[in-house]
Amino acid sequence: MNTIRCIARLDVKGPNLVKGIHLEGLRVLGKPEVFSKFYYEQGADELFYQDVVASLYERNGLHDLISNVAKFSFIPLTVGGGIRSIEDIKSMLKAGADKVAINTAAINNAELITEAANTFGSSTIVVAIEVAKQSDGSYLAFTDNGREYTGVEAINWACRAEELGAGELVITSIDQEGTGEGYDYELLRRITSKVSIPVVAHGGAGKLEDIKQAVDCNANALAFGSVLHYDFLENNASFASEDEGNTEFLKKGTGYGKINPFSIGDIKSYMVSNQIPCRTI
Amino acid sequence: MSHDMNNATNMKLIIVDYGSSNLFSVINACNYFGYKANVTSDPDIIKNADAVILPGVGAFQMAMKRLEKLNLISPLKEIIESGKPFMGICLGLQLLFEKSEEFGATNGLGYIKGTIRKFPSDLNKNFKVPQIGWNSITNPDNGNWEKSPLKTLRSRGEFMYFVHSYYADIEERKAILSLTTYNEVNYCSSLQKENIFAAQFHPEKSGKKGLEIYKNWFNSF
Repeated sequence: MNTIRCIARLDVKGPNLVKGIHLEGLRVLGKPEVFSKFYYEQGADELFYQDVVASLYERNGLHDLISNVAKFSFIPLTVGGGIRSIEDIKSMLKAGADKVAINTAAINNAELITEAANTFGSSTIVVAIEVAKQSDGSYLAFTDNGREYTGVEAINWACRAEELGAGELVITSIDQEGTGEGYDYELLRRITSKVSIPVVAHGGAGKLEDIKQAVDCNANALAFGSVLHYDFLENNASFASEDEGNTEFLKKGTGYGKINPFSIGDIKSYMVSNQIPCRTI
Repeated sequence: MSHDMNNATNMKLIIVDYGSSNLFSVINACNYFGYKANVTSDPDIIKNADAVILPGVGAFQMAMKRLEKLNLISPLKEIIESGKPFMGICLGLQLLFEKSEEFGATNGLGYIKGTIRKFPSDLNKNFKVPQIGWNSITNPDNGNWEKSPLKTLRSRGEFMYFVHSYYADIEERKAILSLTTYNEVNYCSSLQKENIFAAQFHPEKSGKKGLEIYKNWFNSF
C-alpha cells in the first residue's frame, strides 16, 4: 500500500503556537504541546514543527518542546528552522526529532544536504522550499520564512535537492499559505513530475476537497495548519492562549476567511470515502 | 514468565548503540513502560544483559562494519543463542539475515535464512524509494500471533511506520509474523524465531498500536 500521510504543521515562535497568512502576521494560538497531544490522539501521521524565528536568531529554539512531545507522541516528528550544520542536526535528533527540515542553509550551502544525508541517511533529511509565484508565471524559492529573496528557480532547486541527497521535500506555497484557498496545484504537479522522492504539500488547505486535488497532483503527504488549529480551538476554547489574548477573532467567529476548520478525523474519513489510501486507527 | 513486580526496574535491558542515530524514540518507548534501558556499546554489558534491543537505520554494510569494529558481533550472538529476549528494529531486523545485496554482497548475523534486497523503483505508480510512511501489516496465517508481541493487534489493517529502501526476502517462511506489500513487493515486515522478535517497521513511531507491541514484548518476560 502507498498511503498518503496527514501531517499536522505547527509553526512555533518562542513558547507559542502561531499562525499567520502568507507566513506573516502571526497570531498566537496557544501552547504547542497541547495541540500536539490532541493531533497525536486524533491519529495524525506525523507532526511537523517550524521555528519561525530561528533563522532570525540563527538557531533553532525547539529542543525542549521536541523532547517533551517525544515523551507522549510516538509518531514521526520533523523539525525545521535555523538548522545550519551537522551539529545542529545531531542535537535536534538527540532531542527526539526523527527528521530535520533545512531551507535557508540548504540554499546558502547546498553541500550541507549531501553531508547530512551521508551522515544521517537521506530519510532523515527533508529539504523545505518556500515558493512564491512570480508575475511571469515562474516560481522562485525564498528563505527566512518567506522574507528573503534568493532568485533561485524553485522547480530546478527541487530537482537539485534530490540529487544532493534530500530524502523528502516540503513544498510551501507562500501565496496560498494561511489563505484556505487550496494548495498551489500547478506548483505541486510541476515538482512531483520531476522528482522521485516524496513530496509534502503545504500551504493553503482550507476545505476537504483540497486533499483530493493535491493527491491528484501526486503529493505523497499533506500538511495542515490553520484548518486543524482552528478546529481544535473551536472545540477546546479553554486551551486558547490567554496570555497574549490573540484568539479573540475565534470567539467572534470571524477571522477565518476561506478556511472551514476540520479535524484529523474528518480528513481520514474524507480520504477513506474517496478511496485515498491512508492510515486509519 | 516473571511475576516480579519490579521487573521493569530490576532487569538489565540494553539498547545497542553502534552509531545508529535514532535511539531516542526507542529509549522513550521503554521509558513509557517504566523500563530504564542502558544504551551502550560495551561488549561486556551486552553479554550480561537480560534483554537486548538492536535498533538501527541506514546502511547494512556500514552497520556490520561498525558492529565488528566495536567487537559487538560475538556478544550479540551470545545473547541470541542464550535464549534471552532479543528485539531487532528496522536495520536491526535486516542484520539478522544471512546477507544483503547492498553494494555487492555483505554477510549479516545469519540467524534468519534469506537476503536483504533493494526495492525496485517505479516512479509511474508514485511509489517512492525509500518507503517513508505508514503501511499495513497482515498476518499471513491467521492465528499465529497469539504467542508474539503482535498478539493484541488485528490480524489485518493495522498501520505501522516504515522507513527503508531494502526489504527482507525471507526463505524461512515459518518465521514470518507479518507481511506487507509495497511497490508490488510482498515482504516480511516482522518475524519471530525462538527468542528473536524483529520488525522492519518502527513500533516506537507507530502510535498507540506500535506501543502495544512494546508492551506485549515486555510482558512476555
